[in-house]
Amino acid sequence: MNTKENNEAKKTEKGKLIEDNGKRLDGRNLDELRKIQMKVGVLNRAAGSAYVEWGKNKILVGVYGPREAQPRHIQNPLKGIIQATYNMASFSVSDRKRPGPDRRSTEISKIISRALEASILSESFPRTTIDIYLEVLEADAGTRCASLTAASLALADAGIPMKDMVVSCAAGKVDDRVVLDLMKEEDNCGQADLPVAILPKSGEIVLMQLDGHLTGEEFEKAVSLAMDGCKKVYEMQKEALMKSVGKVI
Amino acid sequence: MRMDVISSVNREFIKNQLKKGKRLGERGMDDYRKIKIMVNPIGTAEGSAYVTLGNTKVLVGVKLGVDKPFPDTPDKGVLITNAELRPIASPTFELGPPNPESIELARVVDRGLRESEMIDLERLCMVPGEKVWIVFVDIHVLDYDGNLFDASSFGAVAALINARVPSYEGSEPYDLPTRGVPVSCTAVKINGNVVLDPCSEEEKIADARLTVVMDENLAMRAMQKGLSGKFTIEEIRKTIDVMSRKSRELREIIKEGEKYEQKN
Repeated sequence: MNTKENNEAKKTEKGKLIEDNGKRLDGRNLDELRKIQMKVGVLNRAAGSAYVEWGKNKILVGVYGPREAQPRHIQNPLKGIIQATYNMASFSVSDRKRPGPDRRSTEISKIISRALEASILSESFPRTTIDIYLEVLEADAGTRCASLTAASLALADAGIPMKDMVVSCAAGKVDDRVVLDLMKEEDNCGQADLPVAILPKSGEIVLMQLDGHLTGEEFEKAVSLAMDGCKKVYEMQKEALMKSVGKVI
Repeated sequence: MRMDVISSVNREFIKNQLKKGKRLGERGMDDYRKIKIMVNPIGTAEGSAYVTLGNTKVLVGVKLGVDKPFPDTPDKGVLITNAELRPIASPTFELGPPNPESIELARVVDRGLRESEMIDLERLCMVPGEKVWIVFVDIHVLDYDGNLFDASSFGAVAALINARVPSYEGSEPYDLPTRGVPVSCTAVKINGNVVLDPCSEEEKIADARLTVVMDENLAMRAMQKGLSGKFTIEEIRKTIDVMSRKSRELREIIKEGEKYEQKN
């Protein structure tokens, strides 16, 4: 129930989040991703869907559209609009979350929508909306990166025209060391979290946030670590898509 | 809600097939679609179950919290059931506060759990009048292809019988005290034919709906008649009779959910 206390207990027991041999609490190296699994086309009703397990994070994404944008005043006569909705299930965190939108999920929905918009050729379907529903079923830090990565897969599964995938991964600072892909204990007790999303072909950045404390030098290191992580995740995205296409051919 | 439409061709096809005693997917009138229940897939929940009923997919999570009891039941824990028809599940579901459909769903599932007395709420009291466990049953609909009443109820019951009461102020965690396995059965009437476990196409053209929750002794613990159509008392008797037989099979499926194995 009391996550914060549990984490504190875990931390003080070991003394720190990174051991002397450079291993993290879950045995990972500093530049190592958690285990990630991706599956495409998991839902029946949605036009496209994807399920991602990223460490203990479990994310389900469904895409509807392009369909008529309602109410009408939100329509854009020149291009389709992209509306992502990030939602955490009430049981996805240790202390039950009250159902419904809050300030945090509203902000995440907004930045995920904008990041995906950068990849979508939305001029080809004016006046419509593409609705992307991101359901966090279990959360363990890094849900926005996992959700965004899953959303791009679901869009590809729905056959939405895109110029590139969007792939996301975070870096951060823990015990004064720059590390890749923070898990919950590191996120709660760490010093910085830097989620990044890129278009992998061009390397252009479509999402970047920071909370915590990074020097200029640490920032450089963290960004390049996060971008390397993104490229690894991109390979997994391609593999998941190839698997789903392989079924058809 | 966005409009849910069905083409007249489909509507007539389903009705004509029913006249000949046939259903979509080659099912008999009393057949359920394939049911799969995975138990405790969600590590952050005290209990959870992922149910697939044909193409319908529902995830139910049980969370426990500590709060004051209701003044009229000072020595009992509290059960709160909530359902969300997430827009990921269907093009007709929309964002926003709970609508009448999701409230009816939550309340019918709640009635089955509450009236069957499957949770021993007395054992969830810590300090009478002061401190009791609150059991939250949260139903998360992920993919809609009909019969949410049964899918959600199966999930809620499976999640509860596999739930743990967490440690509180140093106490040992223990299994959530439950007794019995209530089973929900839903039928719809289409053009005079009564069929069990309706899929979404059948629900769209249904005239009337009947949900019955039964316990081990085949006593009825909750009922709900829905939609604007009518049943005769003979139809209701006959349907309950079919459901009684069906509920035994369904109970075994609910009891024997497959345990989820964490891969990561």
